[in-house]
Amino acid sequence: MPTLFSFTPEEILETIRMVQVENLDIRTITLGISLRDCTTGSLKETCRRVYDKITRRAEKLVAVGEEVATAYGIPIVNKRIAVTPIAQVGEPSGESDLTPLARTLDLAAEAVGVNFIGGFSALVHKGFTKGDRAIFKSLPEALATTERVCASINVATTRAGMNMDAIAELGQLIKETAQLTADRGGIGCAKLVTFCNAPEDNPFMAGAFHGPGEPECVLNVGISGPGVVLAAVRQHPEADLGKLATIIKNTAFKVTRMGELVGREVSARLGVPFGIVDLSLAPTNALGDSVAEILEAIGLERCGAHGTTAALALLNDAVKKGGAMASSYVGGLSGAFIPVSEDNGMIRAVESGALSLEKLEAMTAVCSVGLDMFAIPGDTPADVIAAIIADEAAIGMINNKTTAVRVIPVPGKKPGDMVEFGGLLGRAPVMDVNNFSPAVMIRRGGRIPAPLQALGN
Amino acid sequence: MTVADGRAIITVLGQDRVGILAGITAVLAVANVNILDISQTILQEFFTMIMIVDLKGSNLDFFDLQKQLKTRGEELGVQVTMQQAEVFKFMHRI
Repeated sequence: MPTLFSFTPEEILETIRMVQVENLDIRTITLGISLRDCTTGSLKETCRRVYDKITRRAEKLVAVGEEVATAYGIPIVNKRIAVTPIAQVGEPSGESDLTPLARTLDLAAEAVGVNFIGGFSALVHKGFTKGDRAIFKSLPEALATTERVCASINVATTRAGMNMDAIAELGQLIKETAQLTADRGGIGCAKLVTFCNAPEDNPFMAGAFHGPGEPECVLNVGISGPGVVLAAVRQHPEADLGKLATIIKNTAFKVTRMGELVGREVSARLGVPFGIVDLSLAPTNALGDSVAEILEAIGLERCGAHGTTAALALLNDAVKKGGAMASSYVGGLSGAFIPVSEDNGMIRAVESGALSLEKLEAMTAVCSVGLDMFAIPGDTPADVIAAIIADEAAIGMINNKTTAVRVIPVPGKKPGDMVEFGGLLGRAPVMDVNNFSPAVMIRRGGRIPAPLQALGN
Repeated sequence: MTVADGRAIITVLGQDRVGILAGITAVLAVANVNILDISQTILQEFFTMIMIVDLKGSNLDFFDLQKQLKTRGEELGVQVTMQQAEVFKFMHRI
């Protein structure tokens, strides 16, 4: 068959199949907006400036996203906004309750038609400023009374060590947030991420914020593509693992190119600089759009079986290698996501008893981003939640990588129950937690010093 | 917004029948869109027609043309996709 200009019909059909059958899409275009020039001594005035700036800068985001998606025939699933950590924006007002700023973000997001806005955040890995304190104080109320606002707290870095006081407090705040949203399965907690080594340019929610080193305004892109990688792996049942890695690399290259193309075009049309492509495999509950199923297609009876960590390491590395070549600027989280509630294969693995919380934790040591969107019993003590966060942060701190925890202690639910969050957040089987008490350690507080890895200069 | 410049790739997938080519090209002729290359085959059990078109002289904007092609495709019982050619260049060429 002849080639059409420089393309073969097979190449053209491969692209079309990826989109129409294998759920290839751009998961998110996220507009980062600096709010540093919105700070004033009055919270009311700050809110007004924040609303004006967001609605002005993001006015065309959704329309431009839809135009580009139609022109290229590649869906852009989410259009989102990330802003300067609100601890810094609200601090000069001197107020101890920043919930009004959360409501302002919610209204601004609604006005421009985006489904999530990230940045109700504080970076407290070494300690608290007044603004950070205000964020902590406002968190449960802000998360319970807004729909679109996402919060994140950076509690540790490889350079600074771990702020165990912040971690202990977050254990309490997560429980409070779950209580305040008990009628909706504790959904407030699904909008709160606790980070170690948080990236400043992450386009994915709930952990996106516009970091202090970022420009005035920037467009970051999060790609997707588990379905495309799954189809490629399934087509090669006989390939050895080295060959399989190459196949995944080739696929990741193609997927990432779409992110690069869309990112360049959207940023050109919006007149803002293009930031980065985040090379993450982000699953959804759509049929076949599952990271766990890729691991199973590599050759595991169920995700969670021994061998899962090795298979995930192969997958994560191959995605990065393929993606790095495809994009001029790579950033964000860049790795495979393994959220429990948003991946049908992960849900099945937990339900069948193949995947425990401990194995999930081990998996996070070799991929991004951490213990994500998992449900635990509502009566789990706050210090156990804090200890789960501490363990995860320690993995990130020692391994020089980002780790995060997004945990939902679902009020009134026991291990084995199912909780429905609906929409993009999916549904989660409640996982069993080791209830031997870490209370004494958590109560000690203080900081865990930075590890030797921090002494790189 | 008009993006009706440059090249686009039109893909038609479905069951083979009389009049598909005529039906699709009629839409293009009315819109004054020039067909640069065309290929028709059975691939993966599907009737597949791929066209490269030049949108420079088009009297419709990209989205209106896309809509008309889609509607004509539905009448013919086939699925029609039109995408800017850049997509394929980006994915398959370095």
